[in-house]
Amino acid sequence: MNKDLFKNRHQVIQIIIAFFSVVFVLRLFYVQVIDSKYVSLAKNNAIKELDVYPTRGMVYDRKGELIVYNEAIYDLMIIPRQVKGVDTAKLAEMLGITDEECLHQFKILFRVKGYSSYKPNVFLKQLSLKDYSRFQEYLYLFPGFYGQVRTIRKYPHRVAATILGDIGEVSEKQIETSEGYYKPGDYVGKSGIEKVYEKELGGRRGKKLVFVDVHNREMGSFNNGEFDTLAISGDNVIATLDIKLQEYAEQLMQNKKGSVVAIEPSTGEILALVSSPGYDPNLLCGAVRGKNFNALLTDSMLPLYSRPTLATYPPGSSFKPIVALIALHEKVQGIDYGYPCNQAYNAGGAIVHCSHKHPSPTNVQYALAQSCNPYFCQTFRNSLEKNVGMSTAQSYDKWVNICHSFGLGIKTGIDLPSEVRGNIPTVNYFDKIYGANRWKFATIVSLGIGQGEVLTTPLQMANIFACISNHGYWITPHIVKKITDPVSNKDVTHEYEKHTALIDKEHFVPVIEGLFQVVEMGTAKAARVEGITLCGKTGTAQNPHGDNHSMFAGFAPKDEPKIAIAVVVENGGYGSTYAAPIASLLVEKYLNDTIATKRLPIEKRMIEANLLNKYGVHTNKTAAMNAEGEE
Amino acid sequence: MRKQESLTGKMDWLTIILYGVLVLFGWSVIYSSSYSGDEKSIFDSSINSGKQFQWIIASVILAAIILIVDSRFYTTFSYAFYVLLMLFVVLVMFVGVEVKGQRNWIRIGGFQMQPSEMAKFAVSLAVAKFISGLNVDIRKWKDKWRVFAIIGIPVLIVLIQGDAGSAIVFVALALVLFREGLESYYLIIGASVTVLGVLALLVNKFILMAVLLAASLIVIYFSRRNKKLALIILGLWVVASGFVFSVDFAFKKMKPHQRDRINVLLGKEVANGKDWNIRQSIIAIGSGGFLGKGYLNGTQTKLKFVPEQSTDFIFSSIGEEFGFIGSAMLITVFLGFFYRLLYLAERQRSKFSRVYGYCVASILFFHFLINVGMAIGVAPVIGIPLPFISYGGSSLLSFTVLLFIFIRLDTQRYDVMR
Repeated sequence: MNKDLFKNRHQVIQIIIAFFSVVFVLRLFYVQVIDSKYVSLAKNNAIKELDVYPTRGMVYDRKGELIVYNEAIYDLMIIPRQVKGVDTAKLAEMLGITDEECLHQFKILFRVKGYSSYKPNVFLKQLSLKDYSRFQEYLYLFPGFYGQVRTIRKYPHRVAATILGDIGEVSEKQIETSEGYYKPGDYVGKSGIEKVYEKELGGRRGKKLVFVDVHNREMGSFNNGEFDTLAISGDNVIATLDIKLQEYAEQLMQNKKGSVVAIEPSTGEILALVSSPGYDPNLLCGAVRGKNFNALLTDSMLPLYSRPTLATYPPGSSFKPIVALIALHEKVQGIDYGYPCNQAYNAGGAIVHCSHKHPSPTNVQYALAQSCNPYFCQTFRNSLEKNVGMSTAQSYDKWVNICHSFGLGIKTGIDLPSEVRGNIPTVNYFDKIYGANRWKFATIVSLGIGQGEVLTTPLQMANIFACISNHGYWITPHIVKKITDPVSNKDVTHEYEKHTALIDKEHFVPVIEGLFQVVEMGTAKAARVEGITLCGKTGTAQNPHGDNHSMFAGFAPKDEPKIAIAVVVENGGYGSTYAAPIASLLVEKYLNDTIATKRLPIEKRMIEANLLNKYGVHTNKTAAMNAEGEE
Repeated sequence: MRKQESLTGKMDWLTIILYGVLVLFGWSVIYSSSYSGDEKSIFDSSINSGKQFQWIIASVILAAIILIVDSRFYTTFSYAFYVLLMLFVVLVMFVGVEVKGQRNWIRIGGFQMQPSEMAKFAVSLAVAKFISGLNVDIRKWKDKWRVFAIIGIPVLIVLIQGDAGSAIVFVALALVLFREGLESYYLIIGASVTVLGVLALLVNKFILMAVLLAASLIVIYFSRRNKKLALIILGLWVVASGFVFSVDFAFKKMKPHQRDRINVLLGKEVANGKDWNIRQSIIAIGSGGFLGKGYLNGTQTKLKFVPEQSTDFIFSSIGEEFGFIGSAMLITVFLGFFYRLLYLAERQRSKFSRVYGYCVASILFFHFLINVGMAIGVAPVIGIPLPFISYGGSSLLSFTVLLFIFIRLDTQRYDVMR
């Protein structure tokens, strides 16, 4: 080995240094210029998109009373890494939790993998403002803890739960259909106004780009917020409800199952909509929601079921004004048509009885006042059989169409999430059951007195009386008056459709007169209020499962109607027992703002009436829960 | 004639300017990586750049002192420096303070120093002194062992202290020995061992050996008349196979974190994000793009995604903020700096100065090689600073001493020495 492989060793060293430098430059060229993935990797690293949640809109009643608002609550957050020497006993005491619960939380946060020691975690959810302010004074004793404000919905009046609705975490399905707007954990309206007006109330979420450091701590905004978007607060909703009337109605309906629907006839605005038993809407807010929701769901009284729009009943006698109106309109009988009442009506073998003794009606007003069953069976018969040149089926088809024009058998179109059509059986329906031309008046006689297949919701009941009071038109009933942008104060009002009943206007006068007499001297005398021209009709819907349902529907005043109302008290017996007095109290309250002294005993009796044993329950579970909620 | 020139006139100003450029550039990058938008001044001693400023002042003073002292001081007391520093390095094991788990720091006043950093110039002086000695020939085993011992002693001590990074730097001196005539097969064997070692970890060892055997047989076939060569090649193959197996064995015996480091370097998947540092460094550099994000605008480094961003990973700050242009320019400056040092070393008349010059160039180059290579993911993760750029008093002072002794030697290159 006497000859050297490298003659100029200093050049070899130069080449080595140059070689590595070139390798470095090539590698840098690849990483920095050719491969572009690092730019986005760096962005993912350091820039985080944060959601800025808008404040949810508030809800006011028709008089400007606040009925839904947001309340600040606090989640107690913890950054495990910053926690030093905690006095857990003191902490538990301050927070009003047991030592075990407190230690358990620590155990989870400090032992379980997946909790970053740099990131804030929730230590205790949903402390009330009161609890948090008490704790806040001692916050300095607990480094690593801080409160994070959140909002929950509050319902100061504790009524109208099914109308106002509730909010809860967005469902998988909604996330899918929202085209990326909703994210798991977002809150959206789940029922009632909260659901229907989600778009308006919910506002628009904003975006904020922030730098986060390696420990995921926020380190300031990206590009001075150039790409941030502001959250747009939700709009406020002005409901048509009169919350005072709603409260009073719920009070009158306590310990009874049933519904109250009150509508302003001229506008279709819902003044009160009660589903009884109700519950305190605050029960479904915040941390207690899950627990309470299950309790309500399993309650045999079905408090979550929105009876005014979902429950259907045969309207019974309350349906008779429609039967009368159709007959008058079709000119198959006149106002002064009389029919002898011998307490029973024989429709080809099927006997329909009259519920009480009264002189034979000689005109439609008196027939309505006495709610004479045979009279209306005959009236219905006339409508089917006396139409010149029309078969029974054709006549019945026309009859059904007129019913539809009153909003019966169809959805009224109310702005609540769920509504059923009720039922006005069609020609097809009977053809299917009996065969075409194989049925006749006698087969369906019970429709004439609101029994049989005909089914209406309490909302439809109130609506047809609104229509009658208007002499033949109704406006789509609705729960929201207008929507206000809280920033610009601009209002958005919906135009609601005006529907016209297929009845000539003049026929309403005698029918309204008859309905007035019902209260003045007929079956609903119990509902008579001095000074108020209340018109209405009692109803007693036959119930094969127990006592009949007590019903009343009406409006007042007679000439310039301000309120149309329907009341259903399940298993309440005659319409005059509960439904008529309750309706009269509500009308009185709405029109006079007070209850006359001499009617106070009626009010007391209605409030105290307890039908729970008829439903097979002994205590009102939801009432108990509500009381708990008061704490 | 030349002797009458003043000291300043004889100094190699190009080297000093390059030194100044690197130090000031490093200082500004240190400011950037400690800057968090709170408008603290670069001189604010509560942040790294402020402290580095004090170290720069100290370095300038120290450089001036070194330049004033006659170069014969360094040649005469080479061994004394060596012995003194070795004692220091040993002493530190007993009286030192612990920083990041390594007890190799010593506290003087308010400052902490790492004697093992300072050992570099002492070892360089000792190596230069020894090799330039009369009748010393490192081709002879007697002298070879001595020079190995001079280098090996500090390596051992530093290794015992657990500072593998500082120890491995002395490998750089192999270049010096090569320049001074060490047989070339050391270099060839060294390179082969490195390549084979890497291959052993990357490729299935049986396939590797089969390929090597095939290559050997082809060579043997073409030189079949030379039976001696055939035997040598076969022997080499056996040795290589043994080496491959022992590398594999050693790798399996390693501690998991060491194995991970090697796997990261080889670009293999590593569980639990053990390659996190490297990946973040490459992301930071890669996201700089062609032109960079601009001074003080780096996000990855500023938001602490890159660890040790003002010391070991300072190059990722540079890559992110100055982009390909800036990084390539820095590498070019370093390249020019090394070439200047090699040029200066080659022009020395005295062997001592030349050897010392090569020591300086090799040590600085090795730091550069490992530090930049690590940041861009082509060298193992060994925490050693980038000369003149990285934050830290010990390293800046030790590199300054290392360099300025050489500049001082260079001013007296026409003097008769030894």
